Amino acid sequence: MGINFRKETFRDDFSFRNSPEQIRRFPFPFHEDSYMYAVNIEPHTPGPKNTVFEHLIDVDEHYISEMEDRALVLAEDPLRCQSLPHMTLAGWDLLELLMTQKAESYPEHFSLTRDGDNWHWINRPLGIDDRFTFGDVSTLPYGPMAYITRQSQGDFCVLDQRDGNLWMDAGIVTTQADWSLDFDIGMNFFEWHAPVPLAHDMGIFNRALKFLTNIQQGQPARRFNWTMTINPRLDTSPENYHKWGVDRTTVTPENVGQKVHLRVELQTFWRLPRSNALVFPIRCYLIKMDELVTSPKWARRFHRVLRDLPNELAEYKGLTRYRQTVVEWLSQYDDGAPTSSGFGPD
Amino acid sequence: MSAGTRKIDVIVTDVVPVNELVKRFHFQRTDGQLLPTFSGGAHVVVEMRDDDRTRLNPYSLMSSPLDTRDYTISVRRDDTGRGGSLFMHQRVNPGMRMVISSPVNLFSLDLRARKHLMIAGGIGITPFMAQTSQLAGDAGNFELHYTCRTETLATYADVLKGRYGRRIHLYRDDQGERLPLEQLLASQPLGTHLYICGPAGMIEWVRRTAAEAGWPDDTVHFEHFAAPQPGKPFDVTLAISGKQIRVSEQQSLLEAIEAAGIDPPYLCRGGVCGQCETKVISYDGNFLHNDHWLSEEEHQSGRKIMPCVSRFEGKSLVLER
Ligand code: FES
Repeated sequence: MGINFRKETFRDDFSFRNSPEQIRRFPFPFHEDSYMYAVNIEPHTPGPKNTVFEHLIDVDEHYISEMEDRALVLAEDPLRCQSLPHMTLAGWDLLELLMTQKAESYPEHFSLTRDGDNWHWINRPLGIDDRFTFGDVSTLPYGPMAYITRQSQGDFCVLDQRDGNLWMDAGIVTTQADWSLDFDIGMNFFEWHAPVPLAHDMGIFNRALKFLTNIQQGQPARRFNWTMTINPRLDTSPENYHKWGVDRTTVTPENVGQKVHLRVELQTFWRLPRSNALVFPIRCYLIKMDELVTSPKWARRFHRVLRDLPNELAEYKGLTRYRQTVVEWLSQYDDGAPTSSGFGPD
Repeated sequence: MSAGTRKIDVIVTDVVPVNELVKRFHFQRTDGQLLPTFSGGAHVVVEMRDDDRTRLNPYSLMSSPLDTRDYTISVRRDDTGRGGSLFMHQRVNPGMRMVISSPVNLFSLDLRARKHLMIAGGIGITPFMAQTSQLAGDAGNFELHYTCRTETLATYADVLKGRYGRRIHLYRDDQGERLPLEQLLASQPLGTHLYICGPAGMIEWVRRTAAEAGWPDDTVHFEHFAAPQPGKPFDVTLAISGKQIRVSEQQSLLEAIEAAGIDPPYLCRGGVCGQCETKVISYDGNFLHNDHWLSEEEHQSGRKIMPCVSRFEGKSLVLER
């Protein structure tokens, strides 16, 4: 059974919605009624059916529309996709990873046939049928990273590893919460983390760096991050702050259900085999408050998490302006009953 | 999560004596699939099950990263070591099943380099076999300078010359040939990166000379696996798991911890990756630090040890493990 791809927008009329099935597979990030900032990394292994972990690279009903949104962003601002010259090999690694994973996990939508370096790629949802020579850039319409990430949901940071550090030397960033590839390109791990407030302890960064530089081939890892977005806007980049910053002031008790979204980012970490580079795909999942509260457990829990969130974290995540309105709205769904442990909707 | 590497079941498909000291081993997956793609400079850890004990030794992959039907490694026989190389030489035959780790690269090419200048000593040639294959496949600019004791011990010099001709320079000690290092380092184009693999003394000499000649640190790369050395037996208390263990003469501390049923993290087993770093809770005696990971101050402090290569002599040692 194939995926039922939706036709929708992440801008202008914001017609983005989740189907009931998609709501049930939403990666709700709170396993208990409170939230503590922690760098909780776990192995990225395939998970249960009908979750976003069922396959290591998740494709969902928003695929086609997200790719259309990406094409719009890139047309306006080509610098959202950059690759320094030494990162081409890593681009081929990434192309191989994404094509093989997609073809294996979703054979009804994607197929890859390899005869040595002669590859044949079919992407049915996007109507792509291309033959090319692996390793020969001139046989693709874009560089390998750009080519495959225009066909893959989520942002991608490709990091070169040298001198015991990681360098943001390639990437495509069109759906990112509030940071800029063009600003970070060429920076190392410490430089690009410089603006993070709460975690000013260098020890945390040193441990994280050590963990990341030791990521092994065939053993990807993952972590979650969350924030909130007003209107289902994928592109909340600093470059576009003038477009979305003002959204934060538009939340009223009447429109919380439709306008306010929980935004969950699934970050995964992979070692790339030929280049020894790392790739961090960052996948963004959005859910409207109206959709979230269709699960009574999630409604109660999110109410408690948001209500009890320390102010500095709320500030850091940019929630301060509308948090109170949302907490009050959510409180009508919280009868004080206990919630079961775990992430699931029931 | 455990940082241990993923295991691959392989079968030894060929064992080829290369010269009086070196044998080459070919591995394929037992399930007939392709082995994982890797990058030039990567190593695998080979598990050697020897009756009652298991040794885990790292070896550089020397086959072409462009062809992963098989992996090959070359092992130089070390008659005074802890027996890993002797096991490979004497006990491993075609048809044997073995277990190796997924490849890990701690000696990666810097792909920004306009030119790769490689310096190999002895069996240190092996990672360069893979790196040169990778670069040649991509029209990369490299030059390899290879020092060895005698012509017959110039392992793979003939193969490399056949493949790359004048890009390969050989220096035979017994012929009085010397690597003209200073000259070589002084005559490189801007954007050259330097790679060194060989005996510790050679690595040190090349690094020092390069530093004196003004090469920035981030253009000098070296592979510095220390083989764990045998030594006097010693006793250790593992505080977290509540175990007392004895490290025998031929065993490394890491192996003794593993033999006690504990699964500590590791990547290189050669004192370079930092993964096995272990806190010392208390001690009465002297550390024999052999790693290249901890700083001089950390070695002096008595607070940390790298159990893959370092040992201890004295009355008591308690580790946070
Ligand atoms: S395992 Fe790499 S330093 Fe010990």
